[in-house]
Amino acid sequence: MQELIMTYGIPLAIIVAKILAIMLPLTITVAFYTYAERKVIAAAQMRRGPNVVGPFGLLQPIADAVKLLFKETILPSKANIIVFLFAPILTFTLAMVAWAVIPVNEGWVIADINVGILYLFAISSLGVYGVIMSGWASNSKYPFLGALRSAAQMVSYEVSMGFVIVTVIICVGSFNLTDIVLAQKSVWFCIPLLPMFVVFFISALAETNRTPFDLPEGESELVGGYFTEYSSMTFALFFLGEYANMLLMCAMTTLLFLGGWLPPLDIAPFNWVPGIVWFLLKVGFLAFVFLWVRATLPRYRYDQLMRLGWKVFLPLSLFWVVATAGFLVYFDMVPNAG
Amino acid sequence: MILQAIAFYLFAGVTVASAVMVVFARNPVHSVLFLILAFFNAAGLFVLLGAEFIAMILVIVYVGAVAVLFLFVVMMLNIDFKAMREGFVSNAPIGVIIGFILIVELLLLVGGWTIQAPAIGAIATPIPPINEVTNTEALGHVLYTKYIYLFQAAGMILLLAMVGAIVLTHRTRPGIKRQVIADQIAKGHMDTVSVQKVPSRSGV
Repeated sequence: MQELIMTYGIPLAIIVAKILAIMLPLTITVAFYTYAERKVIAAAQMRRGPNVVGPFGLLQPIADAVKLLFKETILPSKANIIVFLFAPILTFTLAMVAWAVIPVNEGWVIADINVGILYLFAISSLGVYGVIMSGWASNSKYPFLGALRSAAQMVSYEVSMGFVIVTVIICVGSFNLTDIVLAQKSVWFCIPLLPMFVVFFISALAETNRTPFDLPEGESELVGGYFTEYSSMTFALFFLGEYANMLLMCAMTTLLFLGGWLPPLDIAPFNWVPGIVWFLLKVGFLAFVFLWVRATLPRYRYDQLMRLGWKVFLPLSLFWVVATAGFLVYFDMVPNAG
Repeated sequence: MILQAIAFYLFAGVTVASAVMVVFARNPVHSVLFLILAFFNAAGLFVLLGAEFIAMILVIVYVGAVAVLFLFVVMMLNIDFKAMREGFVSNAPIGVIIGFILIVELLLLVGGWTIQAPAIGAIATPIPPINEVTNTEALGHVLYTKYIYLFQAAGMILLLAMVGAIVLTHRTRPGIKRQVIADQIAKGHMDTVSVQKVPSRSGV
């Protein structure tokens, strides 16, 4: 019994503690990200935003959560109930499990696996199922159309995202996220790979169905898109999953292009600051850009969205993969050449 | 070791169960969803084997792309379930016979299967020890050196299949006005608006 606790019990407790250490701050951050979105957009439109519940309206997300919790979960009578209920759970779970491999500082990561970036890519490519399943299971026109749009959009932009990741991988020589960050010690990848950084960020907007690519939930044509039929906590799970995914994309961009937890310059005042602060600052900035974009840009037309993905980003990122590979081979700079 | 065994039986069990459900599910969309579950658990088995690269590629390619297309097609098709099940009884004997032949063949093959000790030494490219290189690197070293031509040939075949599919389905419809974005951007106010000097009291 003693042995059993020593071999399994303690490691299990450590893992659970690590998971909680990521999950709890993440969930709270997601809740306050919704508040931040309303405040940022209000500021951009010269309004005040939420300011009634608590000081500066800071308790608004909690009030919203309580409200959603107490609402009735409406199940459409023609819906496919199991799939209908499973879709939001899947969306939320996927948005959470991806954080297992995100290093917030050197060594501060739950699972430092060899194929970290591939794991992230795999998990984000699974996100499309939550959308398709919810749209199909609702058994209703608007969710179905919204789901089809959204799925096509997510699959399209995943292709160019994949090539962007390949470009970074070529420059690093490893799939491990810690290695990817450490390879940016001398210069962040957003400088030599600037076009790829832009492509990645725009693809991240499309991947998370954010403005200007939020057609799947284009209110004027599709009511609420794929989660039209969802209410109360099922809706809340979609909502939280979407915002967690946005933060995840910001974290991914930070790790791939903005040097993760590394300071901008490795000199005195900058490297006194702990790495996690830099990481959070960078993620926070990118998260702000997500909101800024939403407050600024109009929605894309659907065919133009597809055109941008397939006819602009795909050739551009393909070209950059070849160009980067050629450059590294020609100047004999290929990392880990064995 | 116990944990690994538990994980193995969990993944293997769910894989087999969901594979069975793919066949028996009444709703084709449910079939595809079970297929995805089976893929996902197969990826879990690969992780247990230590082949994490293949596991991730399986999830990215099969689950993330191929199965999405499957699901699309199945959802969009208006399948008549009754018509699908009509021929079940009449076709059942043939199905049973084919299944029986397949299982006999499999049993013959597996029953007579032995791995000879020299066979491992006869592998063309020795597998580097796992603690020296990750399996991604090991795969890359073999795939892009020794088997480069086969690898490229596989790529060409896939490209050909893709081109073939496009050629077969592509049709040009006459009389469709398409938006040419380059033209729109190249257009300035000089092309569309002109300022006319209108003589007073005589009109244009």
